[in-house]
Amino acid sequence: MIEFIKGTLLITGASFMLLAAIGLLRLPDLLTRMHATTKAAALGVVLIMLASAMHFAEVGVVARSFAIIVFILITAPIAAHVIGRAGYFVGSRLWSGTVKDELRPNYDPLTHELKSGLETHENAKRHPRATDPD
Amino acid sequence: MDTVILISQIIMGLALVLTFVRVVRGPSLPDRVVALELFSTTVVGLVGVYAIQSGVASFLDAAIVIALMGFLAAIGFARFLERGGPRDD
Repeated sequence: MIEFIKGTLLITGASFMLLAAIGLLRLPDLLTRMHATTKAAALGVVLIMLASAMHFAEVGVVARSFAIIVFILITAPIAAHVIGRAGYFVGSRLWSGTVKDELRPNYDPLTHELKSGLETHENAKRHPRATDPD
Repeated sequence: MDTVILISQIIMGLALVLTFVRVVRGPSLPDRVVALELFSTTVVGLVGVYAIQSGVASFLDAAIVIALMGFLAAIGFARFLERGGPRDD
């Protein structure tokens, strides 16, 4: 039974890694490629490390396997965020089918100034209330 | 069990080959950084499978170190991209 679970975990984890590689190869631009690799590869490592923890079944090895799992789950989103941010600043091209880029109209790449999108003249006016201190 | 380990190693080797195609072809530097990070993650998985195959649990320490190196390399590349410097994709 343990062997069967181990084998299933190994094959599934390896398949998720192959899926991440296929997504990296096939998808059209940087952000969609990161969307494929980050999640699928992290899930693949988690499954393989679970298999190794079940294989050895000692306290020290299980602790190390779970350390790898926690480390991958913490670092993969951070690395993806940092690379995506750098890629956007460098000006990597988005896919031609992109429907929404909310940063484009509100962000000035020269001054790094970010607007909230609510800067109208009506919002800039002051509306004093009766309870305000003079 | 040996067959399952062999099949998973073949699958992950294929994943490494596909990732390497993206490293070579990648149109810009951020694409290559993403591909290299996937490379290190896949190698972590391969080392885990090899630890099961050989029965030596100490290989998991090597997997921890490889994961750490991949993360630091990604952070360093991103800093380099953002801070500028001479770039030749």
